[in-house]
This record gives sequence, structure tokens and C-alpha cells, in this order.
Amino acid sequence: MDAGALLERLVALPGVSGAEQAVADAVREAWAPVCERVETDALGNVIGLLPADPPDPDAPLLMLAAHTDEIGLVVTQIAPGGFLRLAAIGGIDRRYLPGLQVLVHGRQSLPGMVGTLPPHLTTPEARTKPLPLDEVYVDVGMPEARVRELVRVGDRISVDRPLGRLLGEVAFAKAMDDRASVAALHEALLHLIRRRRSVRVAFVATVQEEVGLRGAATSGYGLQPDLAVAVDVGHARSPGVSEPDASDLGKGPVVAQGANFHPAIVRALLAAAKSEGIPHQREYTPAASGTDAWAIQVARGGVPCGLLSLPLRYMHSPVETLDLGDMRETGRLLAAFAAAVQPDWVRGLLRVLK
Amino acid sequence: MKELLARLIEAFGPSGREDAVRAVLGAELQGMGLSAVADPMGNLVAVRPGRAGGARILLAAHMDEIGLIVTHVDANGFARFAAVGGISAQTALGQRVRFADGTVGTIGVERLDDPKDLKLDKLFIDCGGPRAAVRTGEMCVMAGGLQADGGRWIGKAMDDRVGCLVLLEAARALRDSPHEVHFAFTVQEEVGLRGARTAGYTADPELALAIDVTATGDTPKARTMDVALGGGAAVKVRDNSLLAHPYVIDWLRGAAERRGIPHQMEVLEYGGTDAGAIHTVRAGVRSGAVSIPCRYVHTPGEMVDAGDVQACVDLLVEALSAPLP
Amino acid sequence: MSSSDACIDLVQRLSDLPGVGGDEGAVRDHLWSVVSPHVEAARIDALGSLIVRRGRGGCKVLVDAHMDEVGLLVQQVEKDGWLRFQTVGGIDPRVLPGAVVRVGAAAVPGVIGWKPIHLQTEDDRKRVVPVKDLAIDIGAGGREQAERAVIPGDYAVFATQSGFFGDGLVRGKALDDRVGCALLATALDEAYGCEVHGVFAVQEEIGLRGAGAAAHAVAPDLALALEGTTCADLPGVDEHEQGSRLGGGPVLRIMDGGMIHDRRVNGLLVAAADQAGIPVQWKGTITGGTDAGRIHTTRGGIPSATLSVPCRYIHSPCAIASRADITHALDLLRGFLRTVAQRGFSA
Repeated sequence: MDAGALLERLVALPGVSGAEQAVADAVREAWAPVCERVETDALGNVIGLLPADPPDPDAPLLMLAAHTDEIGLVVTQIAPGGFLRLAAIGGIDRRYLPGLQVLVHGRQSLPGMVGTLPPHLTTPEARTKPLPLDEVYVDVGMPEARVRELVRVGDRISVDRPLGRLLGEVAFAKAMDDRASVAALHEALLHLIRRRRSVRVAFVATVQEEVGLRGAATSGYGLQPDLAVAVDVGHARSPGVSEPDASDLGKGPVVAQGANFHPAIVRALLAAAKSEGIPHQREYTPAASGTDAWAIQVARGGVPCGLLSLPLRYMHSPVETLDLGDMRETGRLLAAFAAAVQPDWVRGLLRVLK
Repeated sequence: MKELLARLIEAFGPSGREDAVRAVLGAELQGMGLSAVADPMGNLVAVRPGRAGGARILLAAHMDEIGLIVTHVDANGFARFAAVGGISAQTALGQRVRFADGTVGTIGVERLDDPKDLKLDKLFIDCGGPRAAVRTGEMCVMAGGLQADGGRWIGKAMDDRVGCLVLLEAARALRDSPHEVHFAFTVQEEVGLRGARTAGYTADPELALAIDVTATGDTPKARTMDVALGGGAAVKVRDNSLLAHPYVIDWLRGAAERRGIPHQMEVLEYGGTDAGAIHTVRAGVRSGAVSIPCRYVHTPGEMVDAGDVQACVDLLVEALSAPLP
Repeated sequence: MSSSDACIDLVQRLSDLPGVGGDEGAVRDHLWSVVSPHVEAARIDALGSLIVRRGRGGCKVLVDAHMDEVGLLVQQVEKDGWLRFQTVGGIDPRVLPGAVVRVGAAAVPGVIGWKPIHLQTEDDRKRVVPVKDLAIDIGAGGREQAERAVIPGDYAVFATQSGFFGDGLVRGKALDDRVGCALLATALDEAYGCEVHGVFAVQEEIGLRGAGAAAHAVAPDLALALEGTTCADLPGVDEHEQGSRLGGGPVLRIMDGGMIHDRRVNGLLVAAADQAGIPVQWKGTITGGTDAGRIHTTRGGIPSATLSVPCRYIHSPCAIASRADITHALDLLRGFLRTVAQRGFSA
């Protein structure tokens, strides 16, 4: 399966933080034929292991991480009439809720919509403010008794928005954050199995990034990698977004630099991009990157880290938009970087002075 | 149970100063034949050995309660303070407080031009004059012993002395279990789940549960929440520190349904428990929580239902008595 | 030069070096040159912290000080040659307009100005300028000229020269925590009879990052963090909000935002202070936090405390500390390590 097809499959699956099973299953299925083995740890992180080529069990371990979970909602109560009351999981922007098409993951997946009052029943003043979450409900169009048979407090609700195409290679979907990066990891895997490698590689589809980088922290601890590169989406320029630290769609992955990242890894990512002619951009991050790399960097005694960001517009909306070419180039850059890593260089990331 | 709960509630134990609570719990555990050891942070842990086919399971209830720490005492004995854990100015105003040696006082307030100006730094503790116990760095807690009425129990520090009670009673009632159960009475939960983090690391369990109070949605114009006093043991799905592992939720729900133990599903939109710290320790631990529904959390009038407390004990015993699903 | 004079001299030399979180190399190199003759083992870890050991056997003590300071990160060079930046660590944006900075390893001078008051509106005058509206001006005529001197990714620090000040005071940028680094580096010149692991940590200001990883690796029996701490003994600040007093001696704590201090470790500090007749003060506020906040919940728990030197105006371009406080802190640190060696420590 190629990365584009995997991406389309993954964004159509539900995977709200803490309930990523469907996405994890699909990733496991995609990686099992190409990895030496695929494991799942206590919190649900999926780990695909690729040996060095030629094989060397003592080769350094490179961890590549992208997260499977998406932001979403959870049922807090079944109200009279069968309407579902909600709480957020992860950083939901309430702005997107009115009229949103969703899926309620009870005993079956039920289509639903976020209810709104019709315009003639709302005041002009109320229409100028986003709805508070506890005034919002999901309507699955069924009588209360039937809802109670199928749905329970604690069931997850995800956005129903499969992949759509715009001009050229631009596409949109819910959960491009961070399924697009998982697809980039898959792209890297497909490249890497055809190249010599002096490192072992652990491809990790992490869980619960959106609620505190929890899967990254625990998988980083469990794998004890010698170095790691995380892949996550980053803000791209769009109407209203033109900060110095926003990138452009279609210009390739963004190599991040700053306190969260080991300078030698940053240099090696840039060198790999230059030597293989992979278009790329730069970003400068003062402190926390807001990605799995922040958690992995402080696992156990510390892990040298890097980060590639995939330019993305409208993050945390139902219409997250990116360039599929950027996703593929990110995969290519990861593979180029991994193929170039040598054990001596890895040893030099730490220094014994005496 | 009520008598033990009264002793637990009255024990002085703000975060970092849990000694008195540890003493009560240590004596109870010893009476059950369980030897308990205090670790470097002060967590008290007793281990019930398991057998082949069992798992290592960590159960955590926190000993500490919220309190106040004196930051400055003026010449007349009026003491300025800061919060140890989540105490709001609204809750603190007018409350009676008690220091470790029994010294009592009342929380007063400066003159306010606007009620909206009410903040902790406008308050002070008045023990009637200078007192030996009231010095910079000393802590006090809210006063309020146990009052029981028709199956409803009210007292300060139900959070989480009632959780400690549930854990003790579960240990007492557990006849046969294949599992190696670590009963951990943790410190400093209220200031950041600190004891749980290290207890989790040391125990290195396969599964973990926090036993703590949770809020309810059954009071006038309450925040939407499906948990009610009298509705049974609450099985946690979510709070801000933890997304309970589906395996653990199913395990608990299955045990409750098997035995007909009243239970309810809990989604808390804020807050955290010890399981929040434990589940991200080392390479991760499948975790969840059994919660005791409690109204008015973090006030001296915390209220729980005796039936809910029993249901939590029963649920733990039932879940631990069989091999994991 | 006496040991305490050498320590104060080291405070100044470290203060003058650039070392924003993520770019501590220059500070680390200088510290290495000072401690290398005295330590038996040393390494630089994955985040860039310098971890050294002196002594083998007996009680394992971790002493931590952080090398990083708060500063600025250049993110973009505009076509007019201005440098757009972000703050690294907690800087009050109000100290930025009017600041003189040094950019990059070449210490290119720059200024941060703002619209002159004559051109400001009523609203402008009332508001605090957000960081995103400020820029560093290095005097370049345009982007091309600017990029010959600096590049995005360069860090900028306040261009403060350290020196003596007032009556027995020392001034400089980054006294938080070059003071702690100087204390630790100086104290490593002695063998204590316990196993001392010195951690010169990175990135404290952006989340206690280096200390946790280092503590995990070292796995000590107890730990002490050295810091420069808030000292607001100023007009208009009520006594109970001051935190500490300049000249009141090294500062110990019961509790801060990150940690309730271990009573036994504090007890050792108090015993050492009493024995040597060193005046100490107890911090009067509970805000803030140190590396010990991260260290104490590492692994199965590490009993920890802090030892701080009062600094007025921390996180501003220029801070002030008392020479007497620094000298007393050095004596207390040495006394503490000797006391640990004599009495041992069991959790």
C-alpha cells in the first residue's frame, strides 16, 4: 500500500485520544508485511521494527515518531430526548462545532450532527460568540431509549470528514494532524527497506499526543533509542496566519531548530536534504515544540532529537489542509537521513570528557 | 467503617506533612497482617503477594489533604498564607483552621472595595494573638470532623481519606486473589500527583487504579455530569490527567455487572488523580480509577454516600478476586 | 586570591558569557575549564548538560545548577534588516524596549527600540508592546547586509557587563543561575568524603529540562539545587511578598511551586549553617520553582532541597547580588557536603 492510500484510509478511521484502536490496527496491518516485527505497548503505541541492513543487533536504534490520535469529543450524559452532552478531548476549537457532522462510537458507529438553534431563535448578540461546550449537543436522530441501548457515557465522538482534494496536490480531511505524518513514516519505511542501513529503526505510531505527549514519553522510555526524529504537522501560511514561524505549503518539510533539538541532528537532516535534492524549509523554536519530540528528549537520561514539521493550514479544524507532495518529501527526507546515519556519528552525539 | 473514617478525616495531613495519616494507616495495615514500608517520598506501601497467573497491580489512594502554609506573621500574630493544593479564596474566607498541635484560628479578610477583589492574598489567619504553632513555613488545614446522617457522610478531607478507607477495607475484605497487589497510600497528590509518580516507578506494575473522589452533576445548575450521589461506584473514563485505558474500564465494568454492583460512568472535564501520574511512568501502565462520588470537593463540607463507598469496596474486591480478563 | 574571591570572579565571568536555553555551549566550555582538574569523570549528555563526578563511594549527592539564562531567539530577518524574535524563558516584555543586546556567537550589537513617544497614539502609550511587535535593529541597511552578520536561529542576550556595584554588591545579567554554577564549580575543588555528582544543567528556564534527565542517569541518594532567587525587598512591596532580602544570607525553602522540600535535607543544611555560624533566611513566598522540582520525583523519589542566593531584578537585563551572600552560600555548600559525608543519609 502506498503512503497516499494509507493516508486516505487512516483519516477515515476514528482515533480520538485514548481510543486509537482502529487507527492502530490499520497501521499494524500496513507495517506487518514490511517490518521485522510489529509490537504494541501498554498504552497502545504501535512499534514497527526494521533491522539494520546488513543486520546488526548492536547497531544504534533510531526512533521515528508520529501520533495516531486526533482531538475529539466524549459523551458526558444522555439528555432527555436522546441528545448527547459533550466534553472535549484535546484542544477542540468550539468555532467549528455548529452544524458539524460527527460519528458517535457506541456499540456501533452512529452518524450524528452537532445541533444548533435556527437563526430566528438566536439573538444577533449570541451569534457573535462561539458556543460554550456545555450548550452544545449531538443529535443522532433516534429516540432516547434506542440511544441508551447503543451509546454510553464515555463513548468517543469524532469528526466525520474523509479525505477531499483541492487543486494540484492539495488535500484536506480531519485528523491530517497527525495521520499525514504517520503516512510520511510509511513513505520513509517503503524507501528504507530498499536501502542499506547502519541503524535499526523503530517506527512508532504514538498515542495520546494531543492530551500531553503521553505515548511518546512512554514509548521513548521503553525503546531507549539512541536518537529520535518526530514528525508532526506545523502551521502554514493561510489567511490570517503570517507569523515568522509559519511555513509554506508545497515547499517541503520544515526542519526545526532550537532547544528541543540536538544541533548535530539538525545539521544531519539539512545535509540529507541537500545531498538528495529534497526541498525543505526551516523553523526556529524557542522552547517546547508542542510535539512528541518534547517528551522523547527527556526520556530516562535524555535522547538526542530532531523534528520535521509538515506544513498544514487550519490545524484542529475539520478541514486540515496540506500538500500531499510535502508528505511524500517528508518521508523521503526521513529515509535519506536514516540511511546516512553511521554508528560513530551516533556515539558522538554524547561526549565523554573524562 | 464510619469510626475509622472519622479518625482518618480528623488526622492532620496537608501535602508534605502526612505523618499523622501515615500512622493511622500503618496501624490498620499491621492489624491486617500487612507490613507497610514508607518510601523516600513518604508514600506508605503494603504488598500482598500474588501467585502464578496473577498480575502486579498498583492501587493508589492519597493521604494528603489541601491546606494552607504560613508565609509571614506580623507582630500581632496575624498570619499571611499561601495555598497548599487547590483552595480558593471563596472557600477559605471565614473557615476555621487547625494546626498540627491543635491551635485553631479563623480566616479573616482585609476590607474589600469590590467583592471581586477577593483573593488569597487579601486573607489572613487569626488565632487570637501570637501563637507558637503559627510561624513561617507551618501548615494548617480546614477544621471539620465527620458528621453522618442517613447514609450521607460529611467532613473535610473526604478527598481522599474516604479513598484511603476504601483501599483499607478492600485489603481487609480481599479473601483470595491471584494478583500481587500493591496498596499505596501516596503523598502530595494535591500539589501535583508527586508521590504517585515515584510510587508508580518503584512498583512498576502491569495495571494501576487510583481510588479518589470525583465530582457529581446532581446539584442545582451543576456542570453537566452523569455521576450522582447514591448512583454507585464511579468508573472513570476521563479527567485532565488521564484517559482511562479501555481494558481497565471493561475490566471494572465487567466486574460490576457480574456482581450487580451499582456503578456509573464518570467523565470529569477538569482535575486529575494519582493514575494520571502513574500511567505515564516508565514504558506506560494501563490505568484507570474507581471514584467515590463527592459533592463540594475541596470544601470542609465534602459529602459522600455510604452506599457508594461500599460499592467501591465491593467493586475492587470483585475485580481483584479473579484473574485478569 | 581566596576561594570566595575566586568564586565571585567566576560569577562575573560566567555572567558575561552568552547562554540562552538551547545554546549553553560557551558557559559549559568555561565551566569545564574550571572544574576539569578537580573531577574524576565528566560527560556531556543528550541535552547538553555537563555532568561531573568527584569522589567515589559513600553517600551519592547530586548538586545541580543551571547554565541557561533567559534571552531571545532570532526567527526571521525582514527585508528592511530588522530581526524578528521570540523570547526564550520568562522575560517580562516590559524590559525589552530600550534593551541593548548581543546577537549570535559573534556578539553582534543590536538595540530594541519602539515608536518614539511623539508618534505614539493615546492607546499606544497605555499598552505594553507585545513581543511580536518588537524587533532587534543591528544597524543593517537591508536583509542582505543583516544576513552577513546574523542568521535566523541565532540567540541574543542582554549586553550587560558585570561589575561591582553599591556597597558590597555585584551586578550582571544571568545571575540566575551563573551564581549557582560558580558556587558548584568552586566547591568542586575539595574532596568531601561523599560521592559528589555535579550537574551543570541546560534549559531550566524553559521547563527544568536538563535536570530531570541528569537525575535519572545519576540516580543519587539526595540532591541539592543551587539557584539565584527572587529578592523583592523594594519600596512598595509588602514584607510578606518580598521573598528574600539582599544581605540576609543564603536562602532555604520549605516549599515552592515545584516541590515541598525534604525535611531531612533541609535539616542537614541547617545543621551545617549552625555549625559554621552562617546566617540563613527562609524564603517568604512559595511561588517559583527550581530544578529540584523535577529531580525529586525522578525514579523512585530523590529527597531534595534548594540553596539560593538572593538576586534583585532577576530575569531583567541586570540583576544584583550581595558578595557576602555569595560567600556565605559557598561556605554553606561546602559545610553541607561535609555534613552529608559525616552523617550519611538514608531515605
